[in-house]
Formats: sequence, C-alpha cells, structure tokens
Amino acid sequence: MFGKLTLSAIPYDVPILVGTFIGAAIAGLAVVGLITYYGKWGYLWREWLTSVDHKRIGVMYIVVALVALFRGFADAIMMRSQLALAYAGNPGYLPPHHYDQIFSAHGTIMIFFMAMAFMQGLMNIVVPLQIGARDVAFPFVNTLSFWMTTISFLLVNVSLFIGEFSQCGWLAYPPLSEQQFSPGVGVDYYIWAVQLSGVGTLLTGVNFFATIVKMRAPGMTYMRMPVFTWTIFCTTVLIMVAFPILTVAMGLLGLDRYLGMHFFTNDGGGNQMLYLSVIWGWGHPEVYILVLPAFGAFSEITQTFSRKPLFGYKTMVYATASIMVLSLVVWVHHFFTMGAGPNVNAFFGIMTMIIAVPTGVKIFNWLFTMYKGRIEFHATMYWVIGFMITFSIGGMTGVMLAIPASDFVLHNSLFVIAHFHNVIIGGVYFGYVAAMNFWFPKSFGFKLNEAWGKRAFWCWFIGFYVAFMPLYVVGFEGMTRRMNHYDNPEWHPWLLIAEVGAVLIACGIVCQLTQLYVSIRDRNLAENRDLTGDPWNARTLEWSTSSPPPFYNFAILPEVHELDAFAHDKEAGIDTRRAGGDYQPIHMPKNTACGFLIGAFSFVLGFGAVWYIWWLAAVGLIGVIATVIARSADNDVDYYVPVSEVARIEQEHTHNLMAAQAAE
Amino acid sequence: MAQNMTADAAHAHDEHHESPVVFGFWLYLMTDCIIFGTLFAVFAVLRDQFAGGPTGHEVFELSGVGIETAILLFSSITYGFGMIAAHENKVSTMRTWLGVTFLLGLGFLFMEIREFSHMIAEGNGPDRSAFLSAFFTLVGTHGLHVTCGLLWMAVLLFQTAGKTELNERMIGKLTCLSLFWHFLDIVWICVFTFVYLMGVL
Repeated sequence: MFGKLTLSAIPYDVPILVGTFIGAAIAGLAVVGLITYYGKWGYLWREWLTSVDHKRIGVMYIVVALVALFRGFADAIMMRSQLALAYAGNPGYLPPHHYDQIFSAHGTIMIFFMAMAFMQGLMNIVVPLQIGARDVAFPFVNTLSFWMTTISFLLVNVSLFIGEFSQCGWLAYPPLSEQQFSPGVGVDYYIWAVQLSGVGTLLTGVNFFATIVKMRAPGMTYMRMPVFTWTIFCTTVLIMVAFPILTVAMGLLGLDRYLGMHFFTNDGGGNQMLYLSVIWGWGHPEVYILVLPAFGAFSEITQTFSRKPLFGYKTMVYATASIMVLSLVVWVHHFFTMGAGPNVNAFFGIMTMIIAVPTGVKIFNWLFTMYKGRIEFHATMYWVIGFMITFSIGGMTGVMLAIPASDFVLHNSLFVIAHFHNVIIGGVYFGYVAAMNFWFPKSFGFKLNEAWGKRAFWCWFIGFYVAFMPLYVVGFEGMTRRMNHYDNPEWHPWLLIAEVGAVLIACGIVCQLTQLYVSIRDRNLAENRDLTGDPWNARTLEWSTSSPPPFYNFAILPEVHELDAFAHDKEAGIDTRRAGGDYQPIHMPKNTACGFLIGAFSFVLGFGAVWYIWWLAAVGLIGVIATVIARSADNDVDYYVPVSEVARIEQEHTHNLMAAQAAE
Repeated sequence: MAQNMTADAAHAHDEHHESPVVFGFWLYLMTDCIIFGTLFAVFAVLRDQFAGGPTGHEVFELSGVGIETAILLFSSITYGFGMIAAHENKVSTMRTWLGVTFLLGLGFLFMEIREFSHMIAEGNGPDRSAFLSAFFTLVGTHGLHVTCGLLWMAVLLFQTAGKTELNERMIGKLTCLSLFWHFLDIVWICVFTFVYLMGVL
C-alpha cells in the first residue's frame, strides 16, 4: 500500500533534522497563520498562484530562489563547521551518512533551485518589458514552468523529513548512484526533483526564445535588442540544447535503478564514462546558462550608472554568441582524468582556454564603459565592481584547470571547489543580486535601501575571499573534496579561516534580509518611492512604463528607432508612452489554475515514484494528463481590456509623472 | 462587456502578432530531437555490449519491423490527407483521415508491444545487457511518443466531434500534431536504419 514508505523513514532520532523540522513547521505555520489572519488566501490564489502575468511569476521565482538560498547556505555552513571540527580523531558532529546528503543537497539546491530559479525570475520580470511586449509568447506555459520548478524544490525539502536525500554528490555519478550501492530513496528523490524541474526549465527556454523572436516591439531589430535580452536569448538557446540531454541522463539513471537496466552499472556491459559525457554535455552549458544573464545584467547596470552607452555593444553581442557556441564543446574538461587520451584532452583544453577570450572582451567592454564615465557608486555598482575583480580571478584559476596536465594534479581537490565558487558566487550570484537591486523598483515601485545593500555587499565580498581563498591553498596541499574528516594538521588553520568566511557570508545574507525589511518598512518615504518609473535615468524600454508596470505593460506598444530606445527617446524629447494617444482594447490572457494543478499532480507522481507507491504515482500521472486535456478543451483563455480601463490607468501614471516632475 | 468576449470572437479580429503556437511547438520538437539524438549516441556506445546475451542479429525480425515501418510511413500520408481536408474546412473528411491514422498508429504500437513482449518472454529483456537496455530505451521512447500522439489524436477527434467548421486554434492544434507525427516518422526511419538494419546486416 505504501511501497517502501514505513514509519522508520521519518528521521525522528536525528536531533538536527528534528530541530529543522520544528523550525520549518513553526515558520510555515506562522506564514499560514498570517495569511489567514489577514484574509489573504483568495488574493494570493487569484492574483499570484494562478497568475499568468510574467512580472508576478518572476517575483514568485525569486521568492523561491531566496528560500533555496537559505536552505543551500544552511547546508554550506554546516559543512564548513564540520570541517572546522572534524580534525585529528574528532569525528565532528555530522556522521558521513548525513554529511554526504548535505553536500549533495547543497549543490543540487544551489544550482537547480537557487540559481536557475533566480535567473528565470529575472528573465520573467525584465525581458518582456525590455522588448516592449505585453506578455510572453505562452503565458500558460510560463506558470506551468514556475510550478514545475517549485514542486521539485518542495520534493527536495520533503526528503529532509521523509526518508533521505542522495549521498552521491550533486551530479550523482554512477556506479555509486546505482541501486547496488545506493539502495535507499535518496537518489530517487534527486532524480525526480531534477527531472521535473528540468521540464519546467526547458519550457521556459522554449517560451522565452519564442517571445524574443516573435514579440519584439516594432522597430526593434536584433541589433537593437538590449544586451540583457541578448544574453537571455543565448541562454534560452543553451537551455533548449542542453536540458534534453539532462532529461536523458536522469532518465537512463532512473531506468537503471527502477528497471534493472545496464547503462551505467558495473555489470551487464554498462559504461560509467558514458554517464559523465552525457551529464556534462548538459552540465557545462548549464554554467553558461547561469552566467550569461548575469553578464547581461552587469552590462545594463554598468551603462546606466556610468551615464554612458555600453562600450562595444556589437562586440558584447558577438562575445555572448561565441560563448554560447563554445560552451557546447568543452564538457570533457570536467573529467580529463577519465583517460580519453591526450588528443581528446588537448582539444577540450584548448577550447576551454578559448572561452576566456570572449569573456575577456566582455570584461574590457565593462571597463571601457566605466572609463571616463560619470560613475555613480550606487550599491548596485558595488556588486558589479566586486564581480569584475572576483570573476577575473576565478576565470584565471579556470584556465589553470583547463590545462589537462595540471588538472591531473588538481582534479577532485578543493582547488576545484574554490574555482567554481569563485565564478558562481563572484559571477552568477553577484550578478543576480545586482540585478535584483537594479530592477526591484520596477517590480514594486520603491527602491531597496542602499546602506544595507552596501553592507550586504561588503560582507559577501570579504566573506567570499575569506571562505574560498583558503580552499585554493588546501587544494594545492592535496585535500580532496567531499571529505568528512581528516588528520592533516596543515589543513586545519585554513579550514578554520574558511569557517570565518562562511560566518561573514551569513552576515551578508542577514544584511540582505534586513535590506528587504527596511526597504518595505520605508517604502512610502518620498525618496524611496519611484513615481516616474525611471529611478536610475536608465536607457532601455522597461523604464519607460510605470513602476510597477500596469498588468498589460504598455498601453501603446513602443516604437524603436535605435539601440537603447528609451535613452534615445528621452534625448529626442519623444514620449515613449505616447500618453493620451489612441488607445485600443488590449488582448490579455486570463489567469489559470492549470499550471498549479499540473505542478501539484507532478509532485504526487514524483513522491509516489520515489517510494514505489505505484497507485499514488498513477494518480499523479493521470491527474497531469487530465489537466492538460481539460486545459486544451478550454476556449475561455483570454479577454480584452476595455479602452476606458486603459485610459484610466494611463492617466493615473501621467498624473504621477507630472507630480514627480513638479517636485524636482 | 468586452471582458466576456470569447476567444473565438476575439481571435477573429486579432491584429498584431500571428500566433506563435506552431513556432513554439516546432522549437519543442527540436528539443525532443536532441533527446532522440542523445539516445542514438547512447545506443551507438552500447550497441556492442552484449554481456554474453544475444546480438541484434539474433533478436531482430526484420520482416515484422518492415511492416511496422510501412504502417507508420503510411500513417504520415493519411495524416497529410487529413490536414488537406482541415485546411479546406471539411471537418468530417478530416476526422475520417485522422481516424485512419489513429488505427494505423495503434497497429504500429501493437506490433511494437508484441515484439517487446516476445523478447522479454525469451529472457532478452532490457535488463539482460547494456545493448538491450539501449535498444529498449531508444525504441521504447519512440513508442511512448507514438502513444502520446495517439492520445492527443483521440482528444482532437473528440473535440472536433459534431463540429461543422474548424477555428484557428483547432487548426493550430492539428498542425502541431501533424508536425509531431511526421517528426516521429523521421525518427523511426533513423531507428529502422541504425538500430535494425545495421544490427542485422
């Protein structure tokens, strides 16, 4: 009846998990209680959970990403604490079984549910506005994507309290991840979570590629697209190319585990090297899927706060496109030691080093944008400059790892850990936080507090160096990754320093939370309100509409005459909004619960399959299919906003604009 | 007032953008193509890993597979006739051709399941060797797609029942399924060539 699920699957004898559960339960109940107290369930359901508005979906993605950040960071600081303690005979406080789950969950959560969710949130909020569109190409698919990501993250967190998570690292290499060596449900949780979230991401890729190709404002040729949109464009191409490969990798591993097949097993002719190639065929493009949008955000921010158009727009576009192509032919550098042979390794080593060239072009473009600009040291710019320094260092250690001969020495060491955190924190995370600070007023109509933003930056920036530079050192000293305890006295001081760094980063996260709290508290102060919709005197179309934008984004679709359309209009004295112009009824999609329902049924399917509760899995699968069919039969999916409504909303914004100008 | 306007009426005088549905579906098909491409690559790596089990020569029966291939290719033609009728707004003709396509697809699926069950009954299931794992997964994934296609076709047959004309949205759906069905044909030609013919010859 309940498959493998018995009462013993609940880890009530592990104090850390019981404590976490109580904490999560109290927090959850508090949230539920508050929503009930304020009577907001109907509002939440109608306006957010079932929304097909890309701006709201984007905000929800980022909320999920922040929750994932806390969860992933809690894992991180537990690992650092374990390694600060577990030295010279002291076993530390985390037994290997638990520790292995923590590093696996940390990587899985940070990549799939922190970074990917954050990135999709940003692209949701920004891209349609930036290209002058009213929504994405497939609004329903958009809400579906969001829910697939969210329920997958839920599945990972359920594994904390029911059963266990994978102990095989964030990519679950076989043969360790095979049934023979991991008979528990941990790897199954991993497979289903990654597989279901992958469906959501793939659909996002298709959706935004179609949006950018089909829905740009009149006059916006490809070479007039803002750089952020360009980077998202390239990212969606990579998503469409890479995520199907991930689907296959997870599918085959699942078939090995569920049906006893022999793709990657030790016996029966299986081949583990095949798994490495398939999983990294996705995995390497994935890091560029994450970092390209960050590059795009840096470009927008740098030009805005340097008060200059971006230096070398065209080279930026070509560099982005080159990285997109090159990122598909470097995956073997993740396993040079596998023994593919010197020629294969040399090819992939050289291709990897070549990627540094377009990336270097970008760094110089940002520097030259700042050069002789009137730079405003806004909190957002701190993250940009911190990124340029940190990412360059990470890039250089990456080139070191790209040399196959030195990779043989450094492979699987903490040097590798230091390197990829160097580029992922310094590149991806700094970029997303900068983007959040930059576009926050667009989403909510008020600015984030700058003082707390700067404090968060300094804690993160210094904390990063204190936490990860020591890992380069112990990596050189031969410490391998994923160690539970060690007895080399030379490593211990470095790992203590790294622990201090993790605490500094914790302070950074606290500062970010405080920043959110203070900003929301002070949202009505005049200096924080964004009445004009253009708080930074920025250059692209998303700033030409109000903050937050009306649900239809643009009453009259803007006309684009040049790159940086809004900056051009401002200089030429053209009203991009064409306020008071000839409004037409606006065609909009209706909200739908189908995305939520398909997500919920997918969760049931995943949970049932993890525990071999086949009737439950069948319920989930049938639910998914039935919802899709019901949706396909529903012809009442859109409506028209009447002209009077449009005129009313637009007049209100015009009024705000005039008030803001009068105040100046 | 305008809020209650139905989609049909709304789409009738829709202005700005042509519907991106077919383009979006085509993009999805390209990602599906990568799934099959990866599965073909996996098959290419594992095709000689018999682990003491049977080779392709011993388990494949080309005559049956030949009939399967003929059925599937023919079903593409009948779907094509269905689309011609759809564009001429001849709903009942379209439904007839779709019904024929459905039966042909069902026949294909029936033969594939029979082949699979024969192999499994003889102890040559997907857990026998890496070669058979790759074979069952590649061919099975195609079969799963055909199953989805049939389900989709049944839904569209149901949704067009009793209709005298097809609106733009329904033509869009039929076009997407058409793309899907022909795509599965192309994939099958690769399966037939690389898996069956090269496994036997």
